[in-house]
Amino acid sequence: MSDQKKPGISRRDIIKGGAAAAGLVTASSLIPTRFAIGNTAKVKVGILLPYTGTYAKLGSNIKDALQLRINEAGGKLGGREVEYINIDSEAAPPKAPELTNKLLKKEQVDFLIGPVHSVVGMAMVKLARNADVIAVIPNAGANGLTGSLCAPNIFRTSFSSYQPGFPGGTAMLEDGHKNVVLMYWNYGFGKETAAAFKESFLAGGGNIVKEIPTPFPKVEFQAYLTEVAALKPDAVFTFYAGGGAVKFVKDYAAAGLHKSIPLYGAGFLTEGVTGAQGEAAEGIRTTLHYADTLDLPANIRFREAFLKTTGNQADVYAVQGYDAGDLLVQGMAAVEGDVRAKAEMIKAMESATIDSPRGKFTFSKAHNPIQDIYLREVVNGQNQVIRTVQKAVEDPAEGCKMG
Amino acid sequence: MHTVTRPIIVFLCLCLLLLLLFPVVGSSFYTGLVTKIMILSIFTISLDLLIGFTGLVSFGHAAFFGIGAYLLAILFGNLEQINYWWSLTLTLSLTGVAALLVGWLCIRTSGVYFIMLTLAFAQMFFYFFFESPHFGGDDGIFMLNKPQITLATRQLVDLDNEHHFYYFVLAWLVGVYLFLSMILRAPFGHVLIAIKANEQRVRALGYSTPHYKLVSFVIAGTIAGLAGFLEAAHTNFVTPAYLGWHESGMAIMMVILGGMGTLFGPVIGTFIVVLLQDFLPEFTEHWKLIMGAIIIFVVLFLPNGIAGLIFSISNRFSSRAPGGREG
Amino acid sequence: MEISFYLIQLLNGIQYGFLLFLMASGLTLIFGIMGIINLAHGAFYMIGAYLCYWLTGITGNLFTGILLAIPLSILFGYAVERLAISYLYRRDHLYQVLLTYALILIANELQSIFWGNDVHSVPIPELLRGSIQLTANQAYPVYRLFISGACITLAVAMYWVIQKTRLGMTIRAGASNREMVQALGININWLFAIVFSLGATLAAFAGMLAAPVNSVYPGIGDNILIISFVVVVIGGIGSIKGAFIGALLIGLADTFGKVLLPEMASMVVYALMAAVLFWRPQGLFGKV
Repeated sequence: MSDQKKPGISRRDIIKGGAAAAGLVTASSLIPTRFAIGNTAKVKVGILLPYTGTYAKLGSNIKDALQLRINEAGGKLGGREVEYINIDSEAAPPKAPELTNKLLKKEQVDFLIGPVHSVVGMAMVKLARNADVIAVIPNAGANGLTGSLCAPNIFRTSFSSYQPGFPGGTAMLEDGHKNVVLMYWNYGFGKETAAAFKESFLAGGGNIVKEIPTPFPKVEFQAYLTEVAALKPDAVFTFYAGGGAVKFVKDYAAAGLHKSIPLYGAGFLTEGVTGAQGEAAEGIRTTLHYADTLDLPANIRFREAFLKTTGNQADVYAVQGYDAGDLLVQGMAAVEGDVRAKAEMIKAMESATIDSPRGKFTFSKAHNPIQDIYLREVVNGQNQVIRTVQKAVEDPAEGCKMG
Repeated sequence: MHTVTRPIIVFLCLCLLLLLLFPVVGSSFYTGLVTKIMILSIFTISLDLLIGFTGLVSFGHAAFFGIGAYLLAILFGNLEQINYWWSLTLTLSLTGVAALLVGWLCIRTSGVYFIMLTLAFAQMFFYFFFESPHFGGDDGIFMLNKPQITLATRQLVDLDNEHHFYYFVLAWLVGVYLFLSMILRAPFGHVLIAIKANEQRVRALGYSTPHYKLVSFVIAGTIAGLAGFLEAAHTNFVTPAYLGWHESGMAIMMVILGGMGTLFGPVIGTFIVVLLQDFLPEFTEHWKLIMGAIIIFVVLFLPNGIAGLIFSISNRFSSRAPGGREG
Repeated sequence: MEISFYLIQLLNGIQYGFLLFLMASGLTLIFGIMGIINLAHGAFYMIGAYLCYWLTGITGNLFTGILLAIPLSILFGYAVERLAISYLYRRDHLYQVLLTYALILIANELQSIFWGNDVHSVPIPELLRGSIQLTANQAYPVYRLFISGACITLAVAMYWVIQKTRLGMTIRAGASNREMVQALGININWLFAIVFSLGATLAAFAGMLAAPVNSVYPGIGDNILIISFVVVVIGGIGSIKGAFIGALLIGLADTFGKVLLPEMASMVVYALMAAVLFWRPQGLFGKV
């Protein structure tokens, strides 16, 4: 990592460098940028991601991959050194306005990267869209972030919840499943995914036997699984993620349902958790904009580099962070490091093509990726691509008045 | 209850002066942060009325903060223009009704049962907002506008101006402080304090202690609702997490750290905890470890909180200069 | 729905109830005998789950993992009692709430430092991996039956220890009259240390047993803490019998709440608690 060469104010550096070094670094960062001359001042990249709690892993993968991409570009943005300011969002909505303001007002960052959690994302975007900053969302999927809340200075390199959901309905109909039970965690993201699924599934002639929203973030599924068994649908489509996804998939298999009722889901069901799910995950089909095993040169190169620098396997979250880094690199190159040229930079970013590990993509008018959605199946603990369900899926960006 | 001596009054006036001057020197970020701290202080002062004066350990006080915030957002969040007087009156009276209902059920129990019952009701309200399809669920609610404080079509305070908002909250904080110290100095307050010391004896004297406890609970709940109202107006955003038990836990922490049973202690506690939360994460991502250690230190070595320290210092002064009065 | 559907749901509810009992029994023991509100109970559950994951990984077998994890949990509970809890016996509940809340923060951070933030699974041993076919398409995993069996065994063992042994007599005496026990020359500090380690180990054991079913991930203890409190309060603080009945009630209410009142699933148990306490403020089997 180039952190050693270029003293950013990442928390890790402070810990590593010890108190003396920390003193120097903080002291130098106290000098306001306006006293520095033109392009020699550092570019401030504020990162608002969770490093504690359930989403901690997502946060650290996104941050590592973002810095990996910038370091690959020489550790500079538009020829200027980079200073990272990391803040733990704790994925806690009540703190989101305050923490966003800390980056915007106190640190006066040039770029704002974050968050993972959708509600934190809404609070962040509300503040960022009126501020003199360019925000890049590397995960939070709420449709509204590039929908009713869209703004010229807000970009997203991940997905909207519509994107894995809508092709899910198409994929299940293609696989011949007409009568389906729809199960999801009853919160914003789960509901949006379910709604997008229903849109394509019902339009294609599918029948939803029953819709079962389950309380978020609870993981007691037994009562619902008994219901599924009694309903005898052709298949089940789900939205669960993280620890809930592990529990759900294992319970589903333990109840013997996986033998008679195929399990489908939005990709997060088997993303970064197949190790913990073990055999229970075999054969599960999910829709997502990425798969670890994608046979693309960019993906192979990225996965190797990520493993080498962090010691961890990359996942979809890392990919999204990496692409956020790429967007910054491209935007800053276009204006040669002049962050004040916001309009010009936004123009360059809007028209950028990101050579992502997930495959090349461009941005919609609402600044959300227009990307291919793959149908994947878990084989030997890995998500193998079965087929591309829908090419160039674009979020409808409901309520966005931009462009 | 402690005696509010002259040095303490001087100290409090100094603090007030600092708060009055702060926006002049403070940056925009810190003005916003101190506004938030003052809002939370109103909340923790109200909790002090229960914990420190009435002896009711509520572990669900955040529920009323959340209800206050939600009422404003639900009833007025979509309006282009929010009448401050109307929205405040309605929010506070409905929060008061909620506190009355919960309090009526909870004060029948005492000790551990009271703690657990308040917690359970708070969880119930939490899940009500969290899972309700009508009130935004876990997404919470974003409000379009802040309330407008007008009197006869003249705008008194512009809440969109962060300095105005700051002084507006400061005025509320001082008002709540004075209001509570007034009722605590009244006979009603003396009964509450006596209940905390020995409820049996108060009952034997012929007082209907449940009524006193209930009134105390409703006052505290309503003031918590006021704090929620202010927070919703401040950020234009409400989330079910406001009602979570972690928030109730942190509020207790603020009251104890600052010093319970003093009214001004919780304000100090709130300042310290929020500033620590702002400051510690810059040093380590495991900052909650330090937070936990601080809490343990306070419990073991500083049970009377910072205010306890201040009192022992001020007593040393006032023993030479008598003239303290009963507060 | 057929009758078999409701029978299976009954089984689900009872099974969930048993697991809740394991959590709640330790909590009610500590409550009732020591007068301590232990918010860190969920943290012990989490630590049990992580110890089980860690030691099962090393030894390659769940049973040896649990066997090694139990003495560690006892030691850990003992250390917490000596270093922190023992300062709280004569203090207000308020300080207990606060200190054990701090223990949660610390335990969660230690977990993140030692074991990271990944989701981990714990393999079920070969012996218990099968399942029993209930209906045409639904099976019931043997491991879940094993959990229920372990819980029943433990409940019976606890009943026996408390009713029939000398330790149990001392514990019962300590619960009803602390001074008398001390007057009889029994070291109350020792008794409390034993009870606390025992209670903590019960929570940790619940975490271990559930680990193969639940997997192991950050924050796993927080979710189960509040529901255990509800069980204890419904049953009556300090009553093992109450905890047992309360756990079954909550297990069934939760399960059937999900089936019959899906929109209010999470509120059902709290409403049940409010109703019980309205009728009996001291809980079902609590002393006035």
